[in-house]
Amino acid sequence: MRILNPFIAVLALIAVGLVAAQVPGGQALMGIVLPYLAFALFLGGFAYRVMQWAKSPVPFRIPTTCGQANSLPWIKQNKIDCPSTKLGVIARMILEVFLFRSLFRNTKAEMHEGPKLVYGSSKFLWLFAILFHYCFLIIVLRHMRLFIDPVPGFVAALEFGDGFLQIGAPVFYQTDAIFLGAIAFLFLRRVMLSNIRYISLPADYFPLFLIFGIAVTGILMRYVFRADVVAIKQLTHGLTTFAPAIAAGQISPIFFIHVFLVCALLIYFPFSKLMHMAGVFMSPTRNMINNSRMVRHINPWNDPNIKPHSYAGYEDEFREFMKEGGIPVEKE
Amino acid sequence: MYGKGRIIPALILFLGLMTSPIWYKSGEASKMPKPEKPKDYTECVAPTQEMRTSHMVLLNQWRDDILREGGARTGKTPNGTEYVRSLQNGCMKCHSDKKKFCDACHNYTSVKPYCWDCHLQPKEAM
Repeated sequence: MRILNPFIAVLALIAVGLVAAQVPGGQALMGIVLPYLAFALFLGGFAYRVMQWAKSPVPFRIPTTCGQANSLPWIKQNKIDCPSTKLGVIARMILEVFLFRSLFRNTKAEMHEGPKLVYGSSKFLWLFAILFHYCFLIIVLRHMRLFIDPVPGFVAALEFGDGFLQIGAPVFYQTDAIFLGAIAFLFLRRVMLSNIRYISLPADYFPLFLIFGIAVTGILMRYVFRADVVAIKQLTHGLTTFAPAIAAGQISPIFFIHVFLVCALLIYFPFSKLMHMAGVFMSPTRNMINNSRMVRHINPWNDPNIKPHSYAGYEDEFREFMKEGGIPVEKE
Repeated sequence: MYGKGRIIPALILFLGLMTSPIWYKSGEASKMPKPEKPKDYTECVAPTQEMRTSHMVLLNQWRDDILREGGARTGKTPNGTEYVRSLQNGCMKCHSDKKKFCDACHNYTSVKPYCWDCHLQPKEAM
C-alpha cells in the first residue's frame, strides 16, 4: 500500500490533467492560472520553511565528526571531515552540496560466515543520486529556452552538449535517458533492498513517481505525440512577461498533463522532503565548526538578566536557614 | 532569528534566481515569429498543423526511406500534386529563403538542426 497509494495518486493527477485539457476553459486554467498559483506557493512556501528553520535555535555544537578532531600537534587532524575552522566548514559544505560527499562515504555492513562482520564501500547510491540531480538541473536549465527570448547563450550551449550524439530529429537528449535510468534505480533500491523498503514511506515514493511522470510526459511530448513548440513558447514566454495567451487548438493535451504534474511538484515541494534543497545548507550537523574545546558557546536563549549563581553565593544567601535546618555548610 | 546575516541574503539570492526569467531583459511575448510562406504555392505535403509539429520527423522518414530502403524520390499530396521528397530540391523549392522561413521559428525556440552541416542552402548552391 505504501507504494500503491502514491502511484495511484500520480495516475489520478495525470487523469485530471488529461480531462482538464479537454474541458472548455480548462486550458487557460491549467496553462495560466495554475502555473502562477503553483509558482507563488512554491516560492512562498520555500521562504516560509527556511524562515521557520532560521527561528529554531541550535544551542549545542552538533557537527557530525567523521574524522580525527583537532587535538595535540602531533596527531593529524582530518580538516574536512571534522573541521575546526570556518575554511574547513566551507570546504565541507562545497563538497557536500556539489559532490554529495556524505553519500560517497556510504558504507555497507554485511555478516559473513564465521560469524564475521564486514564493512565495504557502497557507491551506487552516490552515483545514481548525483546523476539524477545533475540531469535534473540540466533539464530545468534547458527549459529556459521556453521562458526567455532571445534565448541566452548558455542555454543553447547546454542543448548542444546534451544533444551531442545527434540521434534523430528532434535530436535526442542524453540527460533524458540518464535521468529516467537514475529514477528507476532510486525506486528499485527502495523496493529491492528489504531494509530500505522497511523504512520507505509514501512520502518517499510519491516524489519519485511524480518526477518520473514529469520526465515521461516530457519525453513523450518531444519524441512521440509531438507538440507545437512555437505555440508552447508563446504561452510559457507569455507567463514570464505577464501577457499569457493560449493559441486555441494548437497545443496538444500531453503538454497540459506535463504542466499539471510540474505544478503539482511545485506545490508539493515546500511541504515535503524535497526541501532538502534548502535543508542541506541549514543542517547544523554539516555547517557547524567543531570547536567546542576552543570556544565557549553560550546558549542563545539564556536571559542576560539572570546572573550566574554559584554555590558559594547560594550558601551566603541561605546560610542561616541551612544551619537552622541542620544542612551542613562549607563556610561557617 | 539566528544566522540572519547569511540566511536572508541567501534566500533573496535564491528567490532572485528562481524568478530570473521574469526580470531578465526579455523580449515582448507578442513578438511571435512569422515564417514567410511561399507566394506561388498554396499546398504543402501535409496539413499545416502537422508540418508545424512534425516536419523534422517527416524529413527523417524521407532520409531513411530513400537512402536506406531505396524508396521513391517523389510523393503525392492528398490533392494529387507531385513533389520531390528532398530537403534541398523539395522543401526549399517553395520555401526558398532559409532565413525568412526555417530560421524564424528555429531561432525563436532555440532549435539548431544539423541539416545544414551537410546540405547546402539554395543561395549557397548557386
